[in-house]
Amino acid sequence: MSSRSRTIAEGQDRAPSVAHADVRELRGPLLVVGGAEGVGWDEFAEIDSPDGAVRHGLVLEVRGDLATLQVLEPTDGLALGGLEVRFGGQPLHIPVGRGWLGRACNGRGAPLDSGPPVGGSLVRPINGWPLNPIHREPPQEPVVTGISAVDALMTVVKGQKLPIFSVPGLAHLDLATQIAAQATASGSSFLVVFAAMGMTHADIAFVRDRLEERSSASELVLFLNAADDPVIERILTPRIALTVAEHLAYEEGVDVLVIMSDMTSYAEAVREVAAARGEIPARRGYPGYLYSDLASIYERCGRVRGREGSVTIMPVLTMPAGDITHPVPDLTGYITEGQIVLSADVAARGIYPPVDVLSSLSRLMRSGVGEGRTRKDHLHVSAQALSALARARQTAELAELVGTAAMSETDQSYLAYREMLEKELLNQGRSEARKINDTLNRVWRALGSLPRRELNMIPQALVEQYLPEEGELP
Amino acid sequence: MAGVTDAAGGRRAGRIVRVNGPLVEVEGLEGLAILELVRLGPHGISGETISVTGTRAIVQAYEYTGGLACGDRVDGTGSPLAGLLGPGLLGGVFDGLLRPLSSESLWLTAERDEGVLSGGVAKTWNFSPTAALGNEVSPGDLLGVITGSGSLEHRVLVPSTTAGEITWVSGPAPLRLSDPVARVGEREVALGERWPIRRARPFRERTADVAPLHTGQRVLDLMFPLPLGAAAAVPGGFGTGKTLLLQQIAKWSSADVIVYVGCGERGNEMADVLAGLSELEDIRTGGRLIDRTVIIANTSNMPMMAREASVYTGLTVAEYFRDMGYDALVIADSTSRWAEALREFANRNGELPAEEGYPASLASNLAAFYERAGRVVTLGGRVGSVTVVGAVSPPGGDMTEPVTTDTERFVRSLWLLDPDLAYARHYPAVSWSGSFTRDLDAIAVWHGTNGNEAWASQRTRASVILSEADRLAALAEVIGTTSLPGHERVTILGGRLLREGVLRQNALSRNDGYCSTEKGIALLGLALAAVDTCHELIDRGVSAATIEQADYGLVLRAAEETASDDAAGVVGRQETLLRRLAELA
Ligand SMILES: Nc1ncnc2c1ncn2[C@@H]1O[C@H](COP(=O)(O)OP(=O)(O)OP(=O)(O)O)[C@@H](O)[C@H]1O
Ligand SMILES: [Mg+2]
Repeated sequence: MSSRSRTIAEGQDRAPSVAHADVRELRGPLLVVGGAEGVGWDEFAEIDSPDGAVRHGLVLEVRGDLATLQVLEPTDGLALGGLEVRFGGQPLHIPVGRGWLGRACNGRGAPLDSGPPVGGSLVRPINGWPLNPIHREPPQEPVVTGISAVDALMTVVKGQKLPIFSVPGLAHLDLATQIAAQATASGSSFLVVFAAMGMTHADIAFVRDRLEERSSASELVLFLNAADDPVIERILTPRIALTVAEHLAYEEGVDVLVIMSDMTSYAEAVREVAAARGEIPARRGYPGYLYSDLASIYERCGRVRGREGSVTIMPVLTMPAGDITHPVPDLTGYITEGQIVLSADVAARGIYPPVDVLSSLSRLMRSGVGEGRTRKDHLHVSAQALSALARARQTAELAELVGTAAMSETDQSYLAYREMLEKELLNQGRSEARKINDTLNRVWRALGSLPRRELNMIPQALVEQYLPEEGELP
Repeated sequence: MAGVTDAAGGRRAGRIVRVNGPLVEVEGLEGLAILELVRLGPHGISGETISVTGTRAIVQAYEYTGGLACGDRVDGTGSPLAGLLGPGLLGGVFDGLLRPLSSESLWLTAERDEGVLSGGVAKTWNFSPTAALGNEVSPGDLLGVITGSGSLEHRVLVPSTTAGEITWVSGPAPLRLSDPVARVGEREVALGERWPIRRARPFRERTADVAPLHTGQRVLDLMFPLPLGAAAAVPGGFGTGKTLLLQQIAKWSSADVIVYVGCGERGNEMADVLAGLSELEDIRTGGRLIDRTVIIANTSNMPMMAREASVYTGLTVAEYFRDMGYDALVIADSTSRWAEALREFANRNGELPAEEGYPASLASNLAAFYERAGRVVTLGGRVGSVTVVGAVSPPGGDMTEPVTTDTERFVRSLWLLDPDLAYARHYPAVSWSGSFTRDLDAIAVWHGTNGNEAWASQRTRASVILSEADRLAALAEVIGTTSLPGHERVTILGGRLLREGVLRQNALSRNDGYCSTEKGIALLGLALAAVDTCHELIDRGVSAATIEQADYGLVLRAAEETASDDAAGVVGRQETLLRRLAELA
């Protein structure tokens, strides 16, 4: 058995039992084996081929003595004769524990670094179980990403699921990696699990390089499924990542951030299996259960009453043709608690990270910021900053028609505000981590470009306390 | 494979011959009825028979079917999927099959207890009889009451199939759900009642009387009111504010009992509803809001088919309280997830799809669901109602998709959420041009007889101003505001006063999260009075620009600066406002 397969087998309670050689059908990623009565639905299996390679499969259907498997590795070159299928007697389990920390593995959990396979006696099923909603604790503490645009205007809250919507070519990976490198929370320790699905080798190299420090501090687990790795394996990658994260969070009491990139590649793998099974498609060829399938991943975020630790999920997804109504971003938006939207227009203005702050929203922000969490002016100042930016954007459109000179002084101050906000707050260095105080002070400095009477969404006392005096303005 | 008979219980058993996710095919169970509850595999997970052919049947499973294998046994139960109704519902949190989640462990594995309402089987409730020995009773008659279950008096009624003379009745006593409260003729009536969730509970007749459900949300109560016993749908793309609107209605509506069905949505939201309702005081009873609420939680990661059952469970619970003479409100977030569960199963079952993969029966299923709403005279002669409000989540925000278009046909009110309004942070983002209410006339009559004669005419004026303002604003974008005549510019201003001063309502605001009927009417009156005065000013030669630049803070901040039910405070602003406007001349 190769080391790759052993990793998974070690997660099994029972050793793979009887071998079934009666393979009847091979179709795309599907394999049908006979004589399989007694095999359970969703069981995990290993498939040996005559050349010694070991493939892995999950049972999609049992019918009489036939079992249909979804094979995780490519099936090209396989022939009906000579195959042996061994069933594990249970759904796929993996070992969990701190042994994963600092490791880099492939999309199925086999080591890519020089270390031994991650083992351990504690195993968990990769699908997890639904968390009883009455045991959930509503999320209410911030995760500080060190990115001003995010921390000030769309604060991530421990236990939240907040995706990054992007289009190919924008700096979403830079942003996700920067968050993974910098994020902290108030708890005792903070760990990051990074799951890559269908990422290019260049991107993977970039991620590994940027996260090297976290990795050597044993604060990081990498699960990397590359663009040329088996497509179907991607169905496992986020689940394995979350199983490791859930254990660390709820049993070890750690705050864990799980970054998953790119969910569009994941969904394509789901579509491929559905198509091979001849399932009736809903929209754009994606199966009707894509919503529930994505929810079974995203809903694994959260906090548990009476326990330390949290799972925060940040999926990254590229919207095909920038279309937010495409099923993957659309269904994601229906499940997650807000979204961070990146836009080419913002990138074109030379801003990194290119966050379109007006289209972005963290739905849980209101319970995660304020006195004792970030700062007492936070919610007010962010609402004011956004509303002023919306007005500034309208004013800028008008300015294009009538020219700046023809505009009122107030309108001109809004244009100045936008410049300031972009320069002071939204634009940031790729390895610059800002403290929350610094970030909020930057918002105030930008608001300082507006006449004081325009700050009507902030209580007077806070304006007195935080608005910089004339002289202090740059 | 032959069926086997359980030696001990004599129950019928068969074998599993196919498992495909929640679809399980079984063989050898003789006499299996459609919609019969069956127990699958070694853990006895619940399933329901969907179709029967010869000795084979298709079963829809309500739990994760991982590990189920061909050859595993399956047992028939002889009864349909039913929920246990009784005291202990109010304040409780249940799954889609009405099993209490409060007694479940952290992780919901397939090995579930058959729990029994909150407090379990052993819990007792204080029963006080109201019927006496020898009374002739018929279905729906009152046998006694329970106090201490939620904030309402819990009425124990004669079941719908029972009538005759009371031959025994329990004295005042603590009773368990399984204990008898009375004997009617030969038949024992237990405190708890099992009811098949898919069967509507019977009533005497629907009433024609119309009265509005007060929601506390102005845009609904003033513009698109909903009668008690009617159904409303809230379609909107993600993030347009469906859940927040529904939660506001759950917190503040005038219904006696709220059944909140979280159907395939977020776990964090359920935790939030639970925490929110537990903190809030019920203005009517002084208790907590949670004590008049039943939460049915089937989040998106819980088994999909239980989502399908959960909406019927919610309706059954609401009907149970309706029969006691209460106004119950079912809130379902989101009906689209329920429809997706229907589609999922139909597809696995190889049914021919109609539109977008949905089965052809989608429309009739939706119709049947919404038709269980109604304001009725119960079997016992009380008046009670079940009102239904369902969220609809159209994929891609596309309002032409099947669930949205079919739903529109069967509801009395449609509260359409507009993504542009939500994007501009105008909440609730209920579109005034795309929403409708079919019962306007009847509700106008109700307001007329309840001392608000002006309601109907004011509503009409507001609706005209809003649509005129939209039309003129679009025109102004092309030709410039300054090219419009004065009266038209006042209409645009009027649209803004109505939108920002009346319709907009911040759910998170202390004063404005809820708005009483009178305060809503007063706010509308205030905005309309401002518009009237502005038109007069135009007639008196005041320039539109002067009028536009006046300070309308008295209108725009009235909702926020006066208490939720302070209609007088709003009316009190009118004089100052009109005087200041008059000074412009
Ligand atoms: N009435 C309101 N007052 C204030 N904020 C609101 C209101 N309605 C919506 N919002 C804002 O919009 C966000 C999204 O609202 P909500 O969760 O109700 O959307 P939804 O339509 O249910 O979305 P989904 O379909 O994804 O569940 C909220 O988190 C809140 O920030
Ligand atoms: Mg919602």
